[in-house]
Amino acid sequence: MNEFQNHNNFMDMIRAIRACKTAAEERAVVRKECASIRAAISENDQDYRHRNLAKLMFIHMLGYPTHFGQMECLKLIASPGFPEKRIGYLGLMLLLDERQEVLMLVTNSIKQDLNHTNQYIVGLALCALGNICSAEMARDLAPEVERLLQFRDPNVRKKAALCTIRIIKKVPDLAENFINPAAALLKEKHHGVLLTGVQLCTDMCKVSTEALEYFRQKCIDGLVKVLKDLANSPYAPEYDVSGIADPFLHIRLLRLLRMLGQGDAEASDTMNDILAQVATKTESNKNAGNAILYECVATIMSIEENGGLRVLAVNILGRFLSSRDNNIRYVALNMLMKAISLDSQAVQRHRATILECVKDSDASIRKRALELVYLLVNESNVKSLTKELVDYLEISDPEFKGDLTAKICSIVEKFSPEKIWYIDQMLKVLSEAGNNVKDEVWHALIVVITNASNLHGYTVRLLYKYVQAAGEQETLIRVAVWCIGEYGEMLVANAGVLDIEDPMTITEADAVDVVETAIKRHSLDLTTRAMCLIALLKLSSRFPSCSKRINDIILHHKGSFVLELQQRAIEFNSIIEKHEKIRSALVERMPVLDEATFSGRRAGSIPAAVSTSHGAAPKVPNGVVKPASAPLVDLLDLSSDDTPAPSSSGGDFLQDLLGVDLSPASSQGTNQAQKSGTDVLLDLLSIGTPPAQSSSSTLDMLSPSQGNKKSVDMLNDLASPSAPSAQAFSPAKNSPMMDLLDGFGPSPPAPETNGSTYPSVVAFESTSLKITFSFSKDPGNPQTTSIEAQFANKSPNIYSNFVFQSAVPKFLQLHLDPASSNTLPASGTGSITQKLRVSNSQHGKKSLVMRIRISYKVNEKDVLEEGQINNFPRGL
Amino acid sequence: MIRGVIIMNDQGQPRLVKFYEYQPVEKQHELIRSIYRILCSRAENVSNFVKVDSLFGSDVRLVYKTFATLYFVFIFDNSENELAMLDLMQVFVEILDKCFSNVCELDVVFNFNKVHTILDEIILGGQVLETSTSEVVKAVEEISKMESKANWQGR
Repeated sequence: MNEFQNHNNFMDMIRAIRACKTAAEERAVVRKECASIRAAISENDQDYRHRNLAKLMFIHMLGYPTHFGQMECLKLIASPGFPEKRIGYLGLMLLLDERQEVLMLVTNSIKQDLNHTNQYIVGLALCALGNICSAEMARDLAPEVERLLQFRDPNVRKKAALCTIRIIKKVPDLAENFINPAAALLKEKHHGVLLTGVQLCTDMCKVSTEALEYFRQKCIDGLVKVLKDLANSPYAPEYDVSGIADPFLHIRLLRLLRMLGQGDAEASDTMNDILAQVATKTESNKNAGNAILYECVATIMSIEENGGLRVLAVNILGRFLSSRDNNIRYVALNMLMKAISLDSQAVQRHRATILECVKDSDASIRKRALELVYLLVNESNVKSLTKELVDYLEISDPEFKGDLTAKICSIVEKFSPEKIWYIDQMLKVLSEAGNNVKDEVWHALIVVITNASNLHGYTVRLLYKYVQAAGEQETLIRVAVWCIGEYGEMLVANAGVLDIEDPMTITEADAVDVVETAIKRHSLDLTTRAMCLIALLKLSSRFPSCSKRINDIILHHKGSFVLELQQRAIEFNSIIEKHEKIRSALVERMPVLDEATFSGRRAGSIPAAVSTSHGAAPKVPNGVVKPASAPLVDLLDLSSDDTPAPSSSGGDFLQDLLGVDLSPASSQGTNQAQKSGTDVLLDLLSIGTPPAQSSSSTLDMLSPSQGNKKSVDMLNDLASPSAPSAQAFSPAKNSPMMDLLDGFGPSPPAPETNGSTYPSVVAFESTSLKITFSFSKDPGNPQTTSIEAQFANKSPNIYSNFVFQSAVPKFLQLHLDPASSNTLPASGTGSITQKLRVSNSQHGKKSLVMRIRISYKVNEKDVLEEGQINNFPRGL
Repeated sequence: MIRGVIIMNDQGQPRLVKFYEYQPVEKQHELIRSIYRILCSRAENVSNFVKVDSLFGSDVRLVYKTFATLYFVFIFDNSENELAMLDLMQVFVEILDKCFSNVCELDVVFNFNKVHTILDEIILGGQVLETSTSEVVKAVEEISKMESKANWQGR
């Protein structure tokens, strides 16, 4: 191989690099070599120039910078010898960094070489030009290349053809100059020239409609004939690839025909026969033959409609699917994906084979097949396809379960013919792959369950059965625990038994067992365990016999290190022990969740989820949003504050789940709960809500009524002796509870009158609503701003269920007090006020910004308004 | 079009790197490493095609094959037929085999600029130039002759 200049020196460098054991050693060797090459360059060493450049190319391949060698390429190209030129051009193609000045310098050398008497030098120049040609070079050198398209030697012609592709891609305007010479190439006998000529014509069609029209008019018959001759040609060993005559030329011809046939019925018609012939006659036992068939199918799919051919094409793909070669199955699935939009009937016929591919051992094939199956599902086949997929879920690879589960859930949600089927399938999925099920899926399932009143008993019994068998699937447990909490008595009483059910005997203790097992499981996350506590509270009322036991379980969590669980445990314990009378009303069954509202919410919650995942965007702090009208919301809001997962979309939903105000079809149960339970719940859960008249002894500490103010003052004074008296606050707006908490801070806010040095702003105004913010600041705590929001109704209609929510970026902390009312009288005859406190951790650097959302009901219609507030006074 | 051809060994060391669209050298290095990672994580009995949208943009795939200690990788977009790329790779390997009589990794390492010359006779500017092994071998032999003639004259 000496002729390729493997001088010892070059070999030595490679050996030295190969001998390196560490990256550091390699770098040292390369640095040394580069230094000596640089030295040679600066000495303008001619003898070793091409050897040095060869070294540089190797170094470049290893990923080291070699820009200093670029000018050496130019010198070598300009030198007369062939070996120098060859290395020079090779270096030009590899080391070039697209700097225009280098290209400008080389243009002239290339031009000379294109006109060289030595055809091999012409070949080198064409090759380099085809790889690196810029728009300027294209304009300068196009005439030379055009001339070379008719060069006597075929090797030069074919290189010139491919070089032309680069030229017309860089400067599409030049394409029309090449139409005639390109068309002439289609009449070539030399396979290599024909191959490149066909490719050139294909690329010309892409950049020039003129060329496309020309070839359509003048060349289509010729091309069909070439393809026919090729398909019928006798064995030609030099172009044979595993027994098929020149598959590449076949493919290129089919591709050009596709280009010409697309959108032209007449042209498509011309090629139908030959396409049918290729599709039926090509042998399919070798890769090369399949490559031709595959291309032929693509062409049939793209040209103008011919039903018979399309069926033939889809059948070829069907045959591909049963091939043992992974590659063939892979491409077939890709193509079927395109075919499905053209002729889904034909694809449906291969459903069974496609379904088999979902179970393929090759992950990329499984994935594709699954996507295809997903496209194939319709109302008529949903049941059988889902059954196959759910059955496969049992035995599928763990890493495939995620994809598979998502698709099954999506199919079931989209095509479910009836509720019982939906519930059946979902529960199967939950029990097989519950850990892969996304939050919104099981949320949706609960919505469906609450709406299927005749299936409550059936569902809860089925869940009970599944949870015994698959207790490690978290979402299954969540749904089961929720349903047992809601419909526990139906589980035990065998209420609403369907014909298809086997009789079961479940005792109250059994039902509590399920929840107890779940809550004791340490692998389960906070949300699940919090849900368990709620379920237990509900069961304590439904199963009086187990009340004592449940209370014990709850008591067990009084010492939980997780604040959320501890709080719930303490609260629930006091409900069970001290508020027997209201308990049953408190734990009434959930109202039916409105499906329309939920799906709307679900769509709306997507951006929220996105913003949370990015972290930077303002996140809706669920724990802070406290619509005063829905004390129950607090209960779950707090939980979602602690658990990251449901806080994005789940949080919203959980709010719905218990947020009575948001479900229009609120039943009496909750209303009752709201009325009778208000006092306790408010005290328990909503910090800062005006205390009600009655307060029990246990709660005194947490919710002192106005009469208990002394204790608050005392605490306040203890925490910060200099603090102004809590008396200064208006009791109606700032509850004593608030004072209590503030008292623990370093310095409680001063009376608002002192700090109010900022002008009020109109924070938001729409045609229907106006929000005014007035500000006050505690001089001792410049980071915190108290805002009083005043809402005014500009319309002639009363707004009910008025809820104001807001979100702030991470550098801010927001606390919302309950609003003064949730009804906004019409035409500005009254207003709602609500207090907000914002702490700015970047005080002095960044100003406040807030995103707001206001929802209310007007004339029985839900209205949602959103906005962003940027006009806060500076320095807040 | 074909976006690139890479030969690397089973340690991830590049043995031949040719991109038909300009890539800065750091980027090249990064791409090679990413591709190596992809190839290493492929199971044995899977298809030879990998979608590499994340590295090269939409609809770009690569096809790979192992020959002894070497990975051959072709990167191409949707204007190429996947199965034909597989065949082209076969053609490339057959030609290397003929030029080096039973090609091995060391042949590619020590003759890497000859391998470039061979590749330039098969693919030009990302388009297939010639698929006949005999035509390519003939062209490479002619170039060899030119080289040795010049070398003789030079000495």
